Amino acid sequence: MLTYIIRRLIGALAMLIVISMVTFGIFYIVPQWAGATPEALASRYVGRAATPETVHLVAQKLGFYDPVVVQYGRFVKGLVAGAEYDYGAGVEQCPAPCFGYSFISGQPVWPDLLDRLPVTFSLAIGAAIIWVLAGIGVGVLSALRRGSFFDRLSMGTALAGVSLPIFFTGMITLVIFSYGLGWTAPGGAYTAFLDNPAQWAYNLLLPWITLAFLFAAGYARLTRAGMLETMGEDYIRTARAKGLREREVIVKHGLRAALTPILTLFGIDFGLLIGGAVLTETTYTLPGLGQYAILAIRNQDLPQVMGVVLIAALFVVIASLVVDLLYAVVDPRVRLS
Amino acid sequence: MTAPLDVSGSAAEAHPESVLAGAGKAIQGRSLTRIAWMRLRRDKIALAGGVVVLLLIIMSIFSSPIIAAFGHPPLEFHQDAIDQNTLLPKGTFGGMSSEYLLGVEPVNGRDIFSRIVAGAGISLLIGFLATLVSVLIGTVMGVLAGYFGGWVDQVIGRIMDVFLAFPLLVFAIALAGVIPDKGFGLEGNGLRVAMLIFIIGFFSWPSIGRIVRGQTLSLREREFVDAARSLGARHGYILFREVLPNLMAPILVYATLLIPTNILFEAALSFLGVGINPPTPTWGGMLSEAVRFYTLPHFVLFPGLAIFITVLAFNLFGDGLRDAFDPRAH
Repeated sequence: MLTYIIRRLIGALAMLIVISMVTFGIFYIVPQWAGATPEALASRYVGRAATPETVHLVAQKLGFYDPVVVQYGRFVKGLVAGAEYDYGAGVEQCPAPCFGYSFISGQPVWPDLLDRLPVTFSLAIGAAIIWVLAGIGVGVLSALRRGSFFDRLSMGTALAGVSLPIFFTGMITLVIFSYGLGWTAPGGAYTAFLDNPAQWAYNLLLPWITLAFLFAAGYARLTRAGMLETMGEDYIRTARAKGLREREVIVKHGLRAALTPILTLFGIDFGLLIGGAVLTETTYTLPGLGQYAILAIRNQDLPQVMGVVLIAALFVVIASLVVDLLYAVVDPRVRLS
Repeated sequence: MTAPLDVSGSAAEAHPESVLAGAGKAIQGRSLTRIAWMRLRRDKIALAGGVVVLLLIIMSIFSSPIIAAFGHPPLEFHQDAIDQNTLLPKGTFGGMSSEYLLGVEPVNGRDIFSRIVAGAGISLLIGFLATLVSVLIGTVMGVLAGYFGGWVDQVIGRIMDVFLAFPLLVFAIALAGVIPDKGFGLEGNGLRVAMLIFIIGFFSWPSIGRIVRGQTLSLREREFVDAARSLGARHGYILFREVLPNLMAPILVYATLLIPTNILFEAALSFLGVGINPPTPTWGGMLSEAVRFYTLPHFVLFPGLAIFITVLAFNLFGDGLRDAFDPRAH
């Protein structure tokens, strides 16, 4: 078991290194296609009023003339050990993990990311609870009553659900429940859970349900397909034959096997969601990582983009690592292979 | 005398289609494609999806005559249809009338019907071509990984893992956000369409790649591949003549199911303002303009419904196609 954990940890670390390299490479190269020179990048730090000599000096100090490998090395060093920026007028300390400074605001990126993480996390966790319960519940019931009215209705709804873009359902629900009926908060409001849990839930209720509906639809379809497959297996007949109650057969033998692929999917979905629910946050104007990503991209604020992409990738890698380790606990075949 | 081989008995129940097609005729071998087509023909919901898809394609091909007959040019302003005090459309339901079938947009009074019809073309074009890009990349990678195995499989498998761990939407937005105005001999929105096709296709190939890899793995062990190999066939011959033709069905099915995902992807990018530039009409772009006018439901509703109907039709058809090709479904 220990070797398995270590192997998976090394794999996850390697994955993060590759992702950071690819991200850095792409966001280093693509702006140059769009015509960005080292001087143009540097002038975003010092402002438009600076003389060409100052810009040149700053570009040199920030190392924009160095080869991409050297720049990447400096970026990683900043992440691991922190960095010092010497602007000439003084030295600025950027403690680890240092993602650098925003081109636009001049603020360090890492505290911004920390500020926005709770919003996205609140959105993801609430939606995840709803969609897992609803999706798996509906999927199991549909599979058990295959062909019934309930099955057709819920699968029809689920198919509609996966075909609806969230920015459309988001707008419709806002128009109906918030502006129209006044039952829920309009977008844009976020209250920290620790400040006021009731207000926190009230503000997030509509995004939760809308986001959960989208995912629940997919999970219900998957659960139904998985249940139909496992309930036809021989060991289900064996379990019934040895006189287990139907409830136990369904939950302990049928559902347990059907859940395996869903667990994998959940790991990836949840990880991706914490890294920024871009569309949901844009529709409901929630100040989370997704909205941050969009703003960073619109401003072409490279350090911010790097920060948010890496954080998002980190969560996916962590989530799939956790899922893999859970498998190893549940299924001895995994850790021995 | 009792007939020992009564076709109306158990055999017919096990294979209903053999009765439908084979009544009175000698039993003949049927290809998987023919069996699938017969199953698909009986799946009314899937067929309905297919018909809607066909209608959408026809609509986008003949968008100019349709707009000329039933609407106004999609970029034309109609200040006469707008109340100059509120900047909202005159009349009820956002100015819906025989003149403007689905009403007009606030402020500039553009014909919503024409814009929806014109937007279909871009959605479908990007949906189809982006899927083609991902099918090409996914098939090549999947076949190589599945057929050669070993370190090739390891490397390609890791690449697919990295892609799955990427925050793709953020990444695609970032890339689409820095598309220059000129390049590769194209300009403006022409270049943007080409780049979007490439970006969306490039980010959605691993799903096809995984399926192709799995199918290739099982095909590789089949007898006819063994036979070809023992007859001295080269890798290239086996791949193109033996393996690839047998992959066509799953590739077709999953390509059909990838098209709606890619249409949603394009709509999302246009909604976020990094897709096709206005004033060119796109459904996602129309929705993002509608955000400011949430008091006008039709303004949100029509582009949203257009996306919904298109994506649903592709999903229904794709689901039916998969059931028709997948023997386990019956």
